[in-house]
Amino acid sequence: MFINKRFSLFLILLSTFSLTVICQDIPVRPEPPRLVNDFAGILSADEIQNLENKLVTFNDSSSTQITVVIVKSLNGYDKNEFARLIGEKWGVGQKGKNNGAVVLIKPKNPREKGEVCIQTGYGLEGAIPDALAKRIVENEMIPNFSQGKYYAGIDQATTAMISLVRGEYTADQYQKRKGKQSSPFGLLIPLIILVVVFTMIRGSRGGGRSVGKSLPFWGGLWLLGSMGQGHSGSWNNFTSGGGGGGGFGGFGGGSFGGGGAGGSW
Amino acid sequence: MKPSKGWIILIVVVGVIILLFAWATGINNSLVIKEEGVNTQWANVENVYQRRLDLIPNLVNTVKGVADFEKQTLTAVIEARAKATSVQINPKNLDEGSLQKFQEAQNGVSSALGRLMVVVEKYPELKATQNFSELQAQLEGTENRISVERMKFNEAAQAYNTYLRSFPNNMFAGMFGFQQKAYFKATEGAEKAPEVKF
Repeated sequence: MFINKRFSLFLILLSTFSLTVICQDIPVRPEPPRLVNDFAGILSADEIQNLENKLVTFNDSSSTQITVVIVKSLNGYDKNEFARLIGEKWGVGQKGKNNGAVVLIKPKNPREKGEVCIQTGYGLEGAIPDALAKRIVENEMIPNFSQGKYYAGIDQATTAMISLVRGEYTADQYQKRKGKQSSPFGLLIPLIILVVVFTMIRGSRGGGRSVGKSLPFWGGLWLLGSMGQGHSGSWNNFTSGGGGGGGFGGFGGGSFGGGGAGGSW
Repeated sequence: MKPSKGWIILIVVVGVIILLFAWATGINNSLVIKEEGVNTQWANVENVYQRRLDLIPNLVNTVKGVADFEKQTLTAVIEARAKATSVQINPKNLDEGSLQKFQEAQNGVSSALGRLMVVVEKYPELKATQNFSELQAQLEGTENRISVERMKFNEAAQAYNTYLRSFPNNMFAGMFGFQQKAYFKATEGAEKAPEVKF
């Protein structure tokens, strides 16, 4: 048991390590959480606020999270992969519903083409199928972006996405997320055994003795109890600790499967 | 009254049995949970591959509409699809051999589709149609999904295999009849999604 525990600890450490290595080039989740993240600095503060308000309102009414991420460089990633990793790592969309979408934009610069893509979470693949995502990219975004009108392109694209998703999801994201739950029997059975064994010992010994002698039993039963639990920890708990009043409440832990479309100009 | 020797022995034996039982149960249940994770993920993998197969008839029909389109490429795609449809795996035995067969059949589809897309380059009037460009978007999205689900499958299989093979779980795993799962391997041409240049 001990070896096993140590080994799994080692594995956990190893996997966290490799995870950080993989995700090094992907922007970290903003703290406090925001839906509009302009890492390239192409939007004005007002424009960011307008977009943020629109997307937060939509999140509040539908629990659907559309996040806009603007980066300077894709760090060698494919744009779809980059956007998917952001979605997965930040946990865009609600856990279980996976109703998140990532709009990723890498502005054009003198050396490289501009890149844009929309990645949809599993739960939005029906509302925004790839073909429609492609159409939004080609009709709403690229024509604007190629004229340098980033705000207009993002604004129109998110509006189009909102109108596609509206009605698909309703606002019940405020339900309490359940914490770790273990069955009451898990605790009850060792307790019963404990009581039975203890009465037996006491009965056979006759009269109160020091508890110290029965310590191995306590230890054994504690071990028993802890083993019954198994692995109940979850790695996907991205539930964020709530933002400021009125603002965006945090990403919900949605998952992405590679749906969506992109384009470049 | 001192506790008799018999009592102590009995309690120790019963205790050891209970401990062993709880231990084995814990390992078995963890294995079941992880194996179910692998099975679920396998279903997702099949799902996205099926999605690609489902796109093919539509794609073929769209392309067929164009006069004098190379029949040979189309036939190759249809045949590869038929072959891939016939290869089904029971998730219970996801071993090297069966997974390899599955991968080979799907790689056949990938390369046939890749050739089709190259040929399409010669037909600009086809590429310009809304219908075709949307099929292209769907195909591209599906290829992304395939690579994502394959990766997630490998992760699930790795979690299961690691648990299965680590000591002392490996002693029990054989007893309970758990076997290692195979991984998707990056074979040449498979990782490079069909040359889909638009």
